[in-house]
Amino acid sequence: MKPEFEDIVFQGISRRAFLVSSGATAVAIAFGGLTFKKAFGQAAPFSPNGWVRVGTDNVVTVYAPACEMGQGVYTAMPLLIAEEMDLDWSRVRIEQAPYNPKVFGNPLFGGAMLAGASRTTRGYYTIMRLAGMQGRAIMVDNAAKKWGVPAAECSTEPSTVLHKASGRRMSYGEIAAFAEVPASQPNFTPEQLKPMSQFRLIGKDVPRVEIPDKVSGQARYGIDVRMPGMMYAAVLRAPVNGERPLQVNDAEAKKVAGVKHIVPLPYGVAVVADTYPAAQKGKQALKVEWSQASKARSYTTEKVLPEYVQRVRNLDDKGTVYEAHGDAQGAIDKAAKRISAEYTSLNVTHATMEPQNCTARVDGDAIEFWAPTQSPFGVFLAAVKGAGFKPENVKINVTFLGGGFGRRAENDYAIDAALIAKAVPGYPIKTIWSREDDTRYTKPRPLIAQRLEAGLDAQGNLVGLRTRICGESIYRRFAPPAFQASGGKDLPLCEGAYEPTYHYPNFSLEQLLEARGVDVAVWRSVGGGYTKFALETFIEEVAQAAGKDPIEFRMKLLEKDPRGQAVIREAMALADWNRKRPAGRALGLAYSDIWETYVAMVAEVSVDRKSGNVNVHELWSAVDTGVALQPANVRAQIESAAVWGVSALRERLLYKDGVPQQSNFHDYPVLRMNEVPKITTKVIVTDNKPGGIGECGLPPVAPAVANAVFKLTGKRLRDLPFKQELLKA
Amino acid sequence: MIKFVVNGREAWSEQPADTPLLWVVRDELGLTGTKFGCGMAQCGACTVHVNGQPTRSCVTPISSVQGKRITTIEGLSAAADHPLQKAWIAEQVPQCGYCQSGQIMTAAALLEKNRKPTREQIVEHMKGNICRCGTYNHIVAAIQRAAGEMQKA
Repeated sequence: MKPEFEDIVFQGISRRAFLVSSGATAVAIAFGGLTFKKAFGQAAPFSPNGWVRVGTDNVVTVYAPACEMGQGVYTAMPLLIAEEMDLDWSRVRIEQAPYNPKVFGNPLFGGAMLAGASRTTRGYYTIMRLAGMQGRAIMVDNAAKKWGVPAAECSTEPSTVLHKASGRRMSYGEIAAFAEVPASQPNFTPEQLKPMSQFRLIGKDVPRVEIPDKVSGQARYGIDVRMPGMMYAAVLRAPVNGERPLQVNDAEAKKVAGVKHIVPLPYGVAVVADTYPAAQKGKQALKVEWSQASKARSYTTEKVLPEYVQRVRNLDDKGTVYEAHGDAQGAIDKAAKRISAEYTSLNVTHATMEPQNCTARVDGDAIEFWAPTQSPFGVFLAAVKGAGFKPENVKINVTFLGGGFGRRAENDYAIDAALIAKAVPGYPIKTIWSREDDTRYTKPRPLIAQRLEAGLDAQGNLVGLRTRICGESIYRRFAPPAFQASGGKDLPLCEGAYEPTYHYPNFSLEQLLEARGVDVAVWRSVGGGYTKFALETFIEEVAQAAGKDPIEFRMKLLEKDPRGQAVIREAMALADWNRKRPAGRALGLAYSDIWETYVAMVAEVSVDRKSGNVNVHELWSAVDTGVALQPANVRAQIESAAVWGVSALRERLLYKDGVPQQSNFHDYPVLRMNEVPKITTKVIVTDNKPGGIGECGLPPVAPAVANAVFKLTGKRLRDLPFKQELLKA
Repeated sequence: MIKFVVNGREAWSEQPADTPLLWVVRDELGLTGTKFGCGMAQCGACTVHVNGQPTRSCVTPISSVQGKRITTIEGLSAAADHPLQKAWIAEQVPQCGYCQSGQIMTAAALLEKNRKPTREQIVEHMKGNICRCGTYNHIVAAIQRAAGEMQKA
């Protein structure tokens, strides 16, 4: 440590100072009006309920219940409370919620604290507004009581209660000095919430509060946690998922300068050292003999894929019927025309810019975490089930996340941190995965085969659709209770294929689950990334077979869903659909209805017939997510996921004998600036409950591009990543 | 012992000579705005300036910066008010934000030598920096905005 720097950038950050500083400085910088001291002040805070604290300095602290991983909820969720509580936003300070699922749990995850599946806004939209409304009522009641007037005669302006008849007013801060929480809290129903027309903050593009810290270098991510006496850990895991260390030779590792401890783990070996480079060097010096028993050893991409394809082709193997109405196969059998096609998609990894990491410290029988996690719930389980701590002895601090995309809904990094901290008590220990660790120890999106079959009647109307999806189960491992409660349905695996807004007279969706020993996981948009690719390209094949325009064909299927029709029309208008494109370019369209959000996207594409490379020049999207909390952020999220989708056209993680063959960005390339298309997004605001937004821009990309490629080449792309050799001429 | 200057202040390290500058800056000096992304100069998250040149600190051994001037995101401007930082806020560029220190440091080096870069020049200069959130178009807009502001100044 260099003392002169400690003074200016690092003052032996305690847990509390660490968490407060990210929120408080962000607010101070973002709004100007709040000094640093005031933001920290919170003199005699008054808590009308668990969500807010009102300081006598009139600064109101609001908890952000879900992690900030780029999706904007650190601003958007507290905004919901501010809207209904009628807060002066310039005097709001945001703090990441502690682990307390009773207050901060997401109802859409059964009350667990977890961010993912585009469920944060959908889960908290109503409950946080109600909490805000309750907070406002308590402030009004206290002021009214003080003035000796009926509460009904009082109204509010931002952070102020007014009694118009007498001309009196009191700030929330003044009220906080004497306020009491009533014995029975006032409760409200969703019907009493403000109508959209009265929103003062929602829908108004309030700037994201943490952005100033993210451009000054002050934002604290998990990997930035620093504490006095901290040590660093690196973990050597088995190259194949599920194997265990049989024999460990750590003689060379112990010789590495700075290495302090070698910690055996059930699934690997950890090296604890003074510095990260020393820990990594120690890790590289370990000699470990691994077990050879894992099922995953036979997992080789090029062998597994044809087996999955074979399985979706075998129609007698019905797997589990996920959803059905009518008699799809019966209708198809009797149809005038039958069309079927098979689709594949390979494993892909998240490659969050911040590699997985987690810090923990054990003192006696208590453990405290500093975790860049989507799932405080998962970190809690890591402590309780993974490392044997009592629930009441677990403390979890959630930092900012350098990307999540589903990877941080897992808790493997937290299990590392818990077991290592337990073995070396008394010291904060930060476990950091190298990029190579992050890639090779990934939990990828499953490898998938799909088969779609449709029947058309003599008039070219769709009479039935049968969809079959084969892949390694995500939920059986990740969420066993949810998996069992649903009767063995794998929700993320089949995402985008169930509850269609297209109206099919007869429909069946079958899932064919595999168990190959490779831990697969959610990955931005999960099923939507491949199910919409299949459906939205297949629907054009079906339309073609019916001799109909694919857009008209979709519009007919959406007759009962005007919101779906509207986004398609709007995306076409944005793209100027009927305008002639330059030679060698064509447009394709696709539609997505997942996460209660409607998106249509048009892609302008060209194909290099020498290399088979597909160039995506421009994307136009129209999105209806109901009430858009922050329209600019909705656009940003749609565009982010669209870029992710363009990247995914080429991404693949290949396995050989259970070992991922890629390790870093040189062999797992992701999209760079020179390949990014121009993107235009229109947010259609409707007075509907807000849908999810972080993932919606992804599903339509691949099918929109593939549909354009068909126009240019006459070739149907049915594989992700695209098979470029098909396009060479 | 290696001596160098960081953000205008004298600094030193006694870490092994092959220790990447990145870890000295982050963990010894506490300047955590510079990020670890890949460890092999593939992503640009660790970009700092060494004697004014944008440099991947994850592959820069500490022994190579003896006597040199290092600038990190914390030292780019006095009050986080470099035209690029202001433009980054105005364009609401960051999402997860993890790569943005490196993006800004890379962009700052571009504007040092080219006050009015075209989109093509920006892309050519910035394509070594990965943003997994895909904020690339916002980054281009912010660089153009900053360049415009610097013209006016």
